[in-house]
Amino acid sequence: MTDIGLRMLFGDRAKYAMLVSGVCFATILMTQGLALFFGILGFSYATMTNIRAPIWVVDPLVQQAGDNQPLRDTDVNRVRSVEGVAWAAPLYVGNAQARLLTGGATQPLMLVGLDADTLAGAPTKLVEGSIHDLRQPDSVVVDARFLEMMGALRGVQLKLGDAFEMNDRRAVIVGIAKVAQGMAGATYVFTTWDRARHYAPAQRRMLTHVLASPAPGKTEAEVAQAISRQTGLRALTEAEFKRMSARWMLFNSPIPYVVGLIVGIGFIIGLGVSGQTFYTFVLENTRQLGALKAMGASNLKLALMIMTQAGIVGVVGFGLGVGVMSGFFAMLPEGRAPLVLLWQIPVIVLIAITLICMGTALLSVWRVTRIEPAIVFRA
Amino acid sequence: MNPFTPSPETAVHLSRVDKAFRHGDLVTPILKQVEFTARMGEMTFVVGPSGCGKTTLLSVLCGTLDADAGEVTTLGHALHQMSPAHITRFRSRNVGFIFQQFNLLPTLTAAENIAVPLRIQGVSAGKAIPRAREWLARVGIPEKANERPNRLSGGQQQRVAIARALVHEPALIVCDEPTSALDSATGHQVMDLLRETGRASQRAVIVVTHDPRIYSYADCVAQMEDGRILRVTASVPDAPHSTH
Ligand SMILES: Nc1ncnc2c1ncn2[C@@H]1O[C@H](COP(=O)(O)OP(=O)(O)O)[C@@H](O)[C@H]1O
Ligand SMILES: [Mg+2]
Repeated sequence: MTDIGLRMLFGDRAKYAMLVSGVCFATILMTQGLALFFGILGFSYATMTNIRAPIWVVDPLVQQAGDNQPLRDTDVNRVRSVEGVAWAAPLYVGNAQARLLTGGATQPLMLVGLDADTLAGAPTKLVEGSIHDLRQPDSVVVDARFLEMMGALRGVQLKLGDAFEMNDRRAVIVGIAKVAQGMAGATYVFTTWDRARHYAPAQRRMLTHVLASPAPGKTEAEVAQAISRQTGLRALTEAEFKRMSARWMLFNSPIPYVVGLIVGIGFIIGLGVSGQTFYTFVLENTRQLGALKAMGASNLKLALMIMTQAGIVGVVGFGLGVGVMSGFFAMLPEGRAPLVLLWQIPVIVLIAITLICMGTALLSVWRVTRIEPAIVFRA
Repeated sequence: MNPFTPSPETAVHLSRVDKAFRHGDLVTPILKQVEFTARMGEMTFVVGPSGCGKTTLLSVLCGTLDADAGEVTTLGHALHQMSPAHITRFRSRNVGFIFQQFNLLPTLTAAENIAVPLRIQGVSAGKAIPRAREWLARVGIPEKANERPNRLSGGQQQRVAIARALVHEPALIVCDEPTSALDSATGHQVMDLLRETGRASQRAVIVVTHDPRIYSYADCVAQMEDGRILRVTASVPDAPHSTH
């Protein structure tokens, strides 16, 4: 009997295409909404994506990665003296302004000051130059996007070995790194912690984070706990800090509403378009279904037939939608668009599509159970 | 009390059957205390003016419509006492349908359409299709097995429908206006075919029609008017007799 249902479904190509494209469209909308959601969520912890350390120590009031509260310089040693800490290094993250040597408007950026001895938290993907050259005087490693921005907005294409100015101090580019984009499109400039003092706008304290690592045999979580307990600072594992930042954004920014709207609209359109098309398809087949009923097909058999039809439409539409989206994502320039296609997204969308198809199928089945077999005698 | 007890050759017996249709508060009685009997081995015609309740009677006696009151005994089964699920199974095994509008499934081939009653009973496509092809040969169009209904003429479609009604060898065939959508010559061919292939000693064929051109095929004619059976005769006296 299910094969008869499939013949009914595939028999009318145009209608079948309509049914599938409704589901496909809903899949695309929801996938891209969720990808946007995770992409923007990634912004909230871009700092941790670009500066890698097992343990982050911050001011107890800090709620998220973008909040750079000053610590005391002596806090580095206090963290170092906690039992189970293998190493601890100072870090500065703050805003600064770049300007061409020839003057002109400034370009805002995120300045990162790394511990000169360990270079802990240095970017790992350098496209040009070497991170160790940071030990040369006046040297900085810049984000590749920083150069693009300077080129596009300030009109000069800087390259390795060129210099620019921050806070009226020369900065020579000794390396170009590839890093994830931060919130509001911020670009990164890395230097040593001591030198950051000169590049940053004048301020009393230049320590915003202490990076640390557990000694062999200790877990990150237990060492982080020990640091918090003994120093009164807030020590978090990398994963905890990311989660905290993501959660903060979830509850404190309008982004989840915007994205929720997109996903919600995708779901409603899916339900509306696919659901309605399928229901119409069933209504248009009332006579055929009535004939089958008169000839003794039970409601159960017809229900299975309808559910198979809905299932096929769902699977094909979803598959097409995911295929289209994968192709689309593959074409995007890497790391630029705030879209992240996690494996969880198709799973979530599949669940939503399944709900849509089941809802639709149930409505249609209900309709079919109400078809009077006697209608087949009516002209 | 109803003194009726089904005799072996009685296929269908209706006793004091009422059926009304409701639209809100408006109740329109269609069948009024209907008494009706059809025998095995015969072609019983139900004739009468349009709207007198013939189709409703046919629906009730084959179990696609419930009566409001009265007793409906078909092939020894008391339909008025059976659950909807049982009646559905009863229909799948015992009733073959021939409709005015053919009601073939447009996306299936002729052979697949004929196989439908077998498929409903759970017979696999592999077994059902060869039997459907045999029946297609018996109704005279073996070469049309893989054609879809829209590629067949009206007469050919009704031949497919006859094969579909007979493929599972049911004991009751119900036909509602089987010739109304066909021209006169084709109508006679279809009725000839139905009489040849459908009439059997252990089968009753009930034909509802208001088409006087085919009255002569009847073994027995029940004349209906305004929801009642007026009289039952061996033939219709005022109908043209030997036009085929
Ligand atoms: N499902 C229904 N709901 C309401 N009225 C109906 C329904 N089916 C039939 N009728 C009415 O019942 C009357 C008898 O119909 P029917 O049995 O089809 O007559 P016939 O087959 O003799 O032409 C007609 O007036 C028709 O409009
Ligand atoms: Mg009628």
